[in-house]
Amino acid sequence: MTRILRNLRELYRYRVLIQNLVVRELKARYRGTVLGFLWSFFNPLLLMIVYTAVFGLIINPRDPSFEKSPFVYALYLFCGILPWHWFATSSLESANVLMINGNLIKKILFPAEVLPVVTVTSNMIHFFFGLPILLLFILIMGRPLTLYALLLPVVVLVQYVFTLGFSLMISSLTVHFRDIKDILSNWLTFWFFATPIIYAMTFDSIQKSGPLRLMLNLNPMTHVIQGYQYCLYYNSLFHWKRLGITLIVSLILFVIGYMIFDRLRDSFAEEV
Amino acid sequence: MQPIEVDHVSRIYQKYSARHRFQTFKSALVKGDLFRSLRPDELVTALDDVTLFVEKGQTFGVIGENGSGKSTLLKLIAGIAKPTQGEVRTQGKISALIELGAGFHPEITGRENVFINGIMLGLTKKEITAKFDDIVEFAELEEFIEAPVKTYSSGMYMRLGFAIAINVNPDILLIDEVLAVGDAAFVPRCLDRIDDFRRRKKTILFVSHDLSTVGKICDRVAWLKNGRVRMIGESKRIIDAYLQDVAEKQERSFERRQQEPFIESSDQDRRENRWGKREIEITRVVLKNARGEVGHVFSPEDGMLIEMDVVAHEAADDFAFGIGIFNSQGICCYGTNTFLEEYEPVSIQGEGKIIFRIDKLSLVNGTYYLDVAVHKRDGYPYDYHRNLYSFLVSSTHKDVGVGLLLHTWSFTSGIGIKPPQD
Repeated sequence: MTRILRNLRELYRYRVLIQNLVVRELKARYRGTVLGFLWSFFNPLLLMIVYTAVFGLIINPRDPSFEKSPFVYALYLFCGILPWHWFATSSLESANVLMINGNLIKKILFPAEVLPVVTVTSNMIHFFFGLPILLLFILIMGRPLTLYALLLPVVVLVQYVFTLGFSLMISSLTVHFRDIKDILSNWLTFWFFATPIIYAMTFDSIQKSGPLRLMLNLNPMTHVIQGYQYCLYYNSLFHWKRLGITLIVSLILFVIGYMIFDRLRDSFAEEV
Repeated sequence: MQPIEVDHVSRIYQKYSARHRFQTFKSALVKGDLFRSLRPDELVTALDDVTLFVEKGQTFGVIGENGSGKSTLLKLIAGIAKPTQGEVRTQGKISALIELGAGFHPEITGRENVFINGIMLGLTKKEITAKFDDIVEFAELEEFIEAPVKTYSSGMYMRLGFAIAINVNPDILLIDEVLAVGDAAFVPRCLDRIDDFRRRKKTILFVSHDLSTVGKICDRVAWLKNGRVRMIGESKRIIDAYLQDVAEKQERSFERRQQEPFIESSDQDRRENRWGKREIEITRVVLKNARGEVGHVFSPEDGMLIEMDVVAHEAADDFAFGIGIFNSQGICCYGTNTFLEEYEPVSIQGEGKIIFRIDKLSLVNGTYYLDVAVHKRDGYPYDYHRNLYSFLVSSTHKDVGVGLLLHTWSFTSGIGIKPPQD
């Protein structure tokens, strides 16, 4: 534990580097494209159009939770997809991040955890770019944007801790087991459907089945995603206890992830 | 406390077998040996109980063959790797020129890379802003600094990397072989900068294969062999000992080659370099030093004997013996034959021996190839051996050229110049 605190202090010293690497990551991503930074807005917009078309118009949810409107459903969907995208992309990218930057790890002295931190942070910034689209959508739909939206930073914090802990674990283990990448992408698909993103916890089928409800509740991402849905869609505070527990779970995952990372740290320079 | 203290340090690398490389997480879980498979199969000792101290202001060289542990030592001092045993203590800010431009991102501009690389190497943003013009000027990249780094040539890449690293202004500078890739104009400027560091009494650790540079700039040198310190001391003495060792090793490998069956006409590539109908055949060629010992490494002060055994399968009265010495670029350093020197052939029959005696082997450092031949006076070859034999001239002097002109220097009394110590 003291080692982790010391590492975190060390990491704080490297904040300028993290900041610069995040900026570099964001700049490099759209370098050479015509629209540049606008893609950060267009990507979620296009994603939303696709989901609205498929899930709203083709599959057409009849559940009363969505007022029988495909657009209301699309909004609900978007509240979950956007943060999920941040989580999934961060995990997948961090599975690679130590190998891709192997050159740095071998040649330059700096704490390797900077790399997953940069991955998670730059994906968070991308998530932030998507938020205005979501808020705009809420306003266009004529739905209320309440004070509960001010609780968003709390939810973001919980997700950040959780994602970072998971990424630290994945990134360090992948150095030794390269196929974690492939397992991970399949696992994330399963995880996506095991999280109330395209469906709601209020669905009859879930409410009636105790085991199913329990299973979904044991998934920390359920509560993170619901955090966004409560802030932006349901506009209620109903959720805060579960989110608090999720924060504790996230902190535990973070500590475990960081411990694994720290344990394997010395092997990076040889194995990447 | 000295700037660099390496105290009984060992570094053992864990080597995983080929099977392990393809070990998958899934199979590790299935077999239940997740933690066992994280254990290495074999250990490789890269450094073995190395102890050395570098004093403040000293330029310390590390030499040794490939794989002797030089780079591992540098990484340990830089803190990139941790010693398995022992302790590395350093004092002051370290900048490691291990690989120039490591961490450049190809898609962003040179300017942006200067900032990120500089921060990685421990500079603050303010310091980089202050030094930015210096860096760009030193790298000679004024025109290209706004272009993405992926458009740079490898030379530009290296120059920018060096310019950043040298501007970190460390207390200890670690240099690993990075100058090997620089062009003829850039390397002297890098050396100038390194000299500048020396004058400012900074500590430098210099790892290189370029012994003449090591000899020029280093005060002390450590020679690593197979992960152990073989010798530490005054640079010229260590470099000489190292050269001696390398020469002995080359000698041994020449001897091994020598033991292969000699002159086999079926040997394809030998035959390509040998022609003639062999009415008169050269059956054996041996190189000896002035004391008559067979060898393949010679010193210019030394003499050399080329002994040829010949057999004339039929009697002949038109023949000449010749030799030619070529350097590694294929330039003929010297060639002669008995005909050119107006020896008159009379008769030859059966076995015989020719000795070509060179009293002083006036050649510079390098590998040389030998032609020997027996032919008619008009050039018709009986047996011509083209570059079939090689020998090495090993000298502590670094003079250059095709041959060594015997010479002496003299100076009038107004010129203060010291003759070499030895």
